[in-house]
Amino acid sequence: MSTHPAGHPVGALATLPLGDDALVLSHRLGEWAGHAPVLEEEVALANIALDLLGQARALYAGLADVLGSEDEIAYLREEREFRNCQLVEQPNGDFAHTIVRQLFFSAYQLPLYDRLSPSLPLAAKAVRETAYHRDHAEQWTLRLGDGTEESHTRTQRAADALWRFTGELFQPVEGLDVPWQELEAEWTADVRDVFDRAGLTVPETPRHGAWSAGAGRQGLHTEPFGRMLAEMQHLHRSHPGATW
Amino acid sequence: MSADWPLWEVFVRSRRGLSHTHAGSLHAPDAQMALRNARDLFTRRSEGVSLWVVPAAEITASSPDEKDPFFAPAADKPYRHPTFYEVPEGVRNL
Repeated sequence: MSTHPAGHPVGALATLPLGDDALVLSHRLGEWAGHAPVLEEEVALANIALDLLGQARALYAGLADVLGSEDEIAYLREEREFRNCQLVEQPNGDFAHTIVRQLFFSAYQLPLYDRLSPSLPLAAKAVRETAYHRDHAEQWTLRLGDGTEESHTRTQRAADALWRFTGELFQPVEGLDVPWQELEAEWTADVRDVFDRAGLTVPETPRHGAWSAGAGRQGLHTEPFGRMLAEMQHLHRSHPGATW
Repeated sequence: MSADWPLWEVFVRSRRGLSHTHAGSLHAPDAQMALRNARDLFTRRSEGVSLWVVPAAEITASSPDEKDPFFAPAADKPYRHPTFYEVPEGVRNL
């Protein structure tokens, strides 16, 4: 793996949490296929899901020597071995819930990939995709927050519900040389700016559940994740080595 | 939801120097979202370098009923086509 100009290498397993974030969110977005509110939006969400899947594959491919093939990494690990943050594993909920989750995550992934670009080739490539995901989420947050009373209520409710999963994003990941506090300040300012323009209130509640600080990165996940994983992995586990 | 959304016609310029070509249509709540939907629907395989979206309601089209008076008078005037002279050998790019 290449090294940072300043000489800080990206640690051997440090990219696993990034790959797991991308894979898990990709799967959640894929669950909208056939259910999105309009056809155009279904295509947009599927596009974002495929971007993320591509990122996950590239990151897993770089871990082949340590963890095995892409399929093994995605389909044959147990829940406790996944290092994704808990935000991305949260169920889709309604469309507003999905959009707020997208905003929170893309506003995190964009500056993170930007910082990692010099040391991680995938990040340099993916940063433009992520900028589009961030823009998509912003456009919808503005329209839902500042739309009807119904859309505003649902979007605010989603923000309040997901807020406690946002603190974990800035728990340092071992092996990634990133100024996490700076990243957090940037994220907070960005989200606050979008919320202000959308007429939404930034929640004042804690950014961690009492039990959940940094938990996803340690392999501790919320209850819906097990069911998601069962669905995602069952085909590969039922037919090991099957190809098509 | 999309039943309430207006229809937009999408025009894609595939390369610099070419003109925008009609690619299809889509529903969107406003122009900015129409542009983004057009990007996802029509240019995700590098089909374009520029996009236009136009509200379908703003397009004035010729009517099929007027086809004859509109277009027929040109049919029997073959001298309007530039085919009555010989192209000298060696002329390229004509």
